[in-house]
Amino acid sequence: MGIEEHIPGGILLGTVEKLVNWTRKQSLWPATFGLACCAIEMMAAGSARYDMARFGMEVFRASPRQADLMIVAGRVSQKMAPVVRQIYDQMPEPKWVLSMGVCASSGGMFNNYAIVQGVDHIVPVDMYLPGCPPRPEMLMDAILKLHDKIMNEPLGERRRRKLEAQGGPDPLVGTIPSSYRYNKAKRRQWEQAVAEGRQEQLRIANWMQEGAHRG
Amino acid sequence: MPAALEVVLRVAAVMAAFLVVPLVVGQMEHKVMAHMQGRLGPMYAGGFHGWAQLIADGIKFVQKEEVVPRAADRPVFRLAPIVALVPYLVALLVIPLGPGDLVGEPLDIGLFMVLAVVGVGIVAVMMAGWASANKYSLLGALRAAAQLLGYELPFVLAAASVAMAAGTLSLPGIVEAWRPWWLLWQLPALVVFFIAGLAEIRRPPFDMPVADSELVFGYMTEYTGLRFAFFLLAEYVGIVVISALTTVLFLGGWKGPFADVELGWLWTLIKVFAVSFVIIWLRVAYPRLRADQLQRLCWLVLVPLALGQLALTAVVRLAIA
Repeated sequence: MGIEEHIPGGILLGTVEKLVNWTRKQSLWPATFGLACCAIEMMAAGSARYDMARFGMEVFRASPRQADLMIVAGRVSQKMAPVVRQIYDQMPEPKWVLSMGVCASSGGMFNNYAIVQGVDHIVPVDMYLPGCPPRPEMLMDAILKLHDKIMNEPLGERRRRKLEAQGGPDPLVGTIPSSYRYNKAKRRQWEQAVAEGRQEQLRIANWMQEGAHRG
Repeated sequence: MPAALEVVLRVAAVMAAFLVVPLVVGQMEHKVMAHMQGRLGPMYAGGFHGWAQLIADGIKFVQKEEVVPRAADRPVFRLAPIVALVPYLVALLVIPLGPGDLVGEPLDIGLFMVLAVVGVGIVAVMMAGWASANKYSLLGALRAAAQLLGYELPFVLAAASVAMAAGTLSLPGIVEAWRPWWLLWQLPALVVFFIAGLAEIRRPPFDMPVADSELVFGYMTEYTGLRFAFFLLAEYVGIVVISALTTVLFLGGWKGPFADVELGWLWTLIKVFAVSFVIIWLRVAYPRLRADQLQRLCWLVLVPLALGQLALTAVVRLAIA
């Protein structure tokens, strides 16, 4: 907007930045569009079992003019690429792109003349999500990591330079899994593990204990 | 000076109601719809069950880039959301909250003014649809025009019935005259008024003008940021106004089981939220009506029903007198 450059630095700017990022994160409306099988998983993520409405993403906006997040769900064919780009251009700033599944991220198994080898050839991507197709849980994890990223976005050029000088956000975006971030007890465990440098062991131990692998 | 101060206070109170009640209804819609569909609805914004969801949405809209299409009629395009919003604000001004002085402006022709002012909404829709330079917007606006012009008639006829029964056009006067047995006497008018009111504010199942599977988002397709938020706010204020009118005209306004004078405002609010709940419920329960079904319902069911009610009201009124 440009106003942020004129707000005096320090506490006020930090607070405004936090509030702005919080609203952007809590109200991240996706655009309604799916390209392939990943879209089915995306729809499942909006359904009663997974319920993305919990994160304020209830409404998949039919008009890109009112959307904040473009979830590129599926392979992008050469024919579809201009359409995807047009949808991106029609979305108002600030906007984010989530590349869902291997095909959107890198072309995946379709290494041929018909498919764009990664949607980042046509639009800037904020978050890549692997999987073929990724389950709704994975999509939600990607969205929560994107929330994490949005929360650490600098407001204006001065803040960006300051953040760069101190070596990026603290803690680094995406280092803590969303299932730990949003659970107070698990979050404490994670912080303890970070201090001891055994995060991966903690994840594996908890995973074994919860018995998720036994179905 | 105290007179001027009183006016300022009253306008400020109406303004506060105008900004707060629709947000409560909006949050209620999120949660009620979610629970009816076996979901949870917003859970994380603000900590406790997502209470701050609409606040987050609102502040986000303020920051969004404002896009005006190149071919759009710029001044009209930018004016339309405000034209959509102001009539409802004016309507709220004359709706009584409680007995005596608890009304923004006690107007003798309050009912007449509310009906006239709510009809202005159609102008905003046409402005938005035409100025957007988008064929989907225009289709949506024309659908809205057909719908609103049709439903205006049963809406006004049903309201006329209750005005005839009460013998006054003043909204507090109608509540004063209201008796519990009117619930039965004016039942057809209540049903007609409520259904036509739903169509007036273009709520599902009468949301054909914004049918997002056919028309992208109808006349709101090209709107972004704050102006789109104004349209959304207008929709929720519309729910409040229609609920409040239904309450005041047909459900006895501030009259409750006891303590009408002290707790009048509470009874009014409870009734308004109950009617809003039904409006949300209908959205979850019924699919959208097709264009021909919509017009058929209006001209072949609601208008005859409203005319019949008018005759019944006249007969009963003469019998009492």
